[in-house]
This record gives sequence, structure tokens and C-alpha cells, in this order.
Amino acid sequence: MLWITCPICGERPVSEFRFGGELPHVPDSISDEAARNLDYVWMQNNVRGVSTERWFHAAGCRRWLTLRRDTVTDTVVAS
Amino acid sequence: MNEFVETTITLEWHAPKRSYDVVIIGGGGHGLATAYYLATRHGITNVALIEANYIGSGNSGRNTTIIRSNYGIPESVRFYQHSVDLYAGLGEETGCEIMHAAKGLLWLAHTEMGMRAERSRALMNQACGANTVVITPSEAKELCPQLDLSGGGRYPVMGGSYHPGGATARHDRVVWAYAQGAMRRGVDVLPHLPVTGLLRDGAGRVVGVRTANGPISAGTVLSAVGGNVTGLAAMADLRLPIRTHPLQALVTNHYAQGFAPIVASSELLCYVSQTPRGEMLMGAEFDSQPSYSMGSSFEFLQSVSTKVIHLLPFLRDLRVLRQWAGICDISPDYSPIMGVTGVDGFLITTGWGTWGFKAIPAGGEAMAELIATGSTPPLIAAFGLERFAADHAMADQGSAGTR
Repeated sequence: MLWITCPICGERPVSEFRFGGELPHVPDSISDEAARNLDYVWMQNNVRGVSTERWFHAAGCRRWLTLRRDTVTDTVVAS
Repeated sequence: MNEFVETTITLEWHAPKRSYDVVIIGGGGHGLATAYYLATRHGITNVALIEANYIGSGNSGRNTTIIRSNYGIPESVRFYQHSVDLYAGLGEETGCEIMHAAKGLLWLAHTEMGMRAERSRALMNQACGANTVVITPSEAKELCPQLDLSGGGRYPVMGGSYHPGGATARHDRVVWAYAQGAMRRGVDVLPHLPVTGLLRDGAGRVVGVRTANGPISAGTVLSAVGGNVTGLAAMADLRLPIRTHPLQALVTNHYAQGFAPIVASSELLCYVSQTPRGEMLMGAEFDSQPSYSMGSSFEFLQSVSTKVIHLLPFLRDLRVLRQWAGICDISPDYSPIMGVTGVDGFLITTGWGTWGFKAIPAGGEAMAELIATGSTPPLIAAFGLERFAADHAMADQGSAGTR
């Protein structure tokens, strides 16, 4: 099971958290402003590997945290 | 299993050529169905289907095999109803026993709000040509005598909707039926051949694929992969609104008394049916965080067991035999993404989330028509990738696996 270290509450099980999505990152190769907006709103990097994400400690301190998680092994890399 | 007549399936493997009219990446149901319909409906047989593993090794071999059309928006209802109709005749058409069984699907509601959703679902379905009716708790009990109408005291059954067209089929056999039909007509199916890149010409057009065994050129390339579509699309510089989440399921040991319908609950987000082997098969919503891990979790086992035992108390006496996961490409509006991509020579069928198996015949048929004629069939016109730029997302949460 995935355990997440909350900066306030310490190490807690993933079931206490809510996934808040990956940090949006529009590739530099997209230059057109409308295309950048479209990418920001809809597109996902959906990283296979280490993904930088926001998580919400819903059943704890109810604060947001940023997490680096390996999506292949579903383990936390560094917070 | 003995009530099903075993039919021999012969798969004629061919040596790969260096060039094809069409190359399909992904040997699951959608890729194989597209190849099959290209060959049978359009006479296009100079086709290669490339699969990194064995055919049906992804979600086509991991799903819970439910076929239904009781979706929430007109475009989806029409599309899935067509798929339900194609499934009903698929065994006869392909000459393969796919173990299609019409069971009826019971969709339960536990609150007044849930009943309102089921009433609106039934009316929407009837208006679009799918048969769904609102039922009372006693009618639900008649259809499924094992139901605890009090919902274990926590989730009382207020009624629900009944979809007589709900069915199941054996997923592996659907894959093999399409594979055999396509291969007999000359389609080359190339398993265990990972695609490592896409060939592009000077104008950016996709003109083939790179594989571990060298390049293969193609007039058209279709991505029908599941679980790795973001990486594949990136090879064509294409960005997708897809998140890849695991979806888990489990089966119990044999339940001898028999369990006729498929039972689902929108509010509890779970569904239960019985396989032809007699195992009770159940699933729930996909895991909340995206992951490419196919690991099973105790949290899932715990949460789905708690839910289904409230509705069907007899399940508490059964043992869990197997639990597994597949990795699903979830689109932001819970509708598939099919059609042209804006990259010349590169088509896509993805976003099959937790609703891909039931869509295999209609999705394959429509993609074959698009490849053969060059124009998008009206049935899938609303599901193009361009809908996001046009701000016309097809929000449909008609799946038990999505909230």
C-alpha cells in the first residue's frame, strides 16, 4: 500500500488523501497562445515514471501537498 | 463449461512484410475488430496488426465482460446500442462460440436522488432506441431473489432501472473470434513485436512504425493501444487528455445456486455478475490515482466487499479466488476518443476507460469505415479528439466504474 508523508501529520495511508492531479506542464514546443491554453486545460503528461502531483489530506489536516510519485511502482520518490 | 460446444479456433500466423496499407498498433479487441471489419466490410486485407505482447493480453483479457447500452447521453446510447446489436450476432457472423448470454442488467438506486437519475436514464434510453425501464423494489427482488432490499440497513433499495439488453460474453473468445476472422482473410497479426517509434516524412505525416525487427511502412497507422497511449501519441507529437488509472476486479469461488442478472449500483459504484464457470465476478470504480502498476490492493478488496455484501448478503460466505487489475485510459469526459488526430496518416481509438469491452464491435466497425472511406461515420462523429478544442466535451458518467 502507498503511504504518503504529510508535512504536518507524518506518514499516513493513501486512503486518507485525495488525488488532486498532476502539476500542469505545457511543453515549450507549443508556442501558439490558444494552443497553450488548450493544452493547459485538457492535456495530461500522464507520466510513466516519476510524476509531480498535488494531493489533498482530506481525512487529516486538510492541507495540500506536492508529491513526487513513481507511477510504474506506485511508490513515493521524494516529497 | 460443458454446455458450450467447443469450437476450434485456428489462427494462421504470417511472416511480416515491410509495407502495408494499414498498420494497427495494439492487439486487443478494438485493434482486432478494426482489422476484421476492414477485411470483411471493406475488402482491405493488406493490413498488419502489431502487438507488444500476446493478443488480448491487455484490458481485453482483464475486463468484467459486461455488454450494455444504458448510458446517459444520446450519442453514447446510440453508439453502445449498435455495439450491443453487433455482439448479439457476432457468434453467428464469425462462426465462433463467444459465449454471449443475455442476462438483463439491474441498476439499483438507494436514494430519491438516485431514483431520479434512473428515471432520467430510462427515458433517455427509450428516446434513443435502447430498452431501459424503471422498476420498483419488489420487481427488483423478483429479478434477483438474492437481493437484500434493506441494503444491510444502510443502502435501502428504493427501486432502479432494468435494462433487458444487458449481456455478457467470454472476453478471450471475442478476441480470438476477431483475430481468426481477420487472419483467415489475410491480415497479418504480429504478436510479441513492440513498436519503438513512428516513421514520419518531411511534412510530419506518419508513414509507418519502427519495431524491434525493423521499420514497417504504412499508408495509415491506427493506435488501438490501451494503457500506453500517451507514450505512443507522443511519438507523433500528439498530446492527449488521457489519464491512466488501474481498474481492479475479483472473482469468488463457485456459487452453485445460480445468479441470473447483472446487478449494478450507481451510488455504491459496484457491479456483480456470475461467470459461466459459476464464479461471482465483481468490480467497482477505478483507483483514484493514475498508475501504470497492475498491482491489486487490499483497499479495493475491502471496499468492494463491504459494498456488495450490503446488497447481496450471500456473498459473505464465498471465498475470493482471484483479484487483478488492468490499466485504463480515462478521458476527462468519460467518453471515448476516436478518429482523426490532426496528424496526417495517424488515427486513434482510445479513452476506453472502464467501458471498452462493450464497445469493441461498434468501435472496430466505425474505425474500419473511417480508414476505408476517409470520412468519420456519424455514429462516432461526436467522439473526436477535436471536441476538447471546440469546448464540446461529451460528459457521460453512465458507467458503474465512474463517479
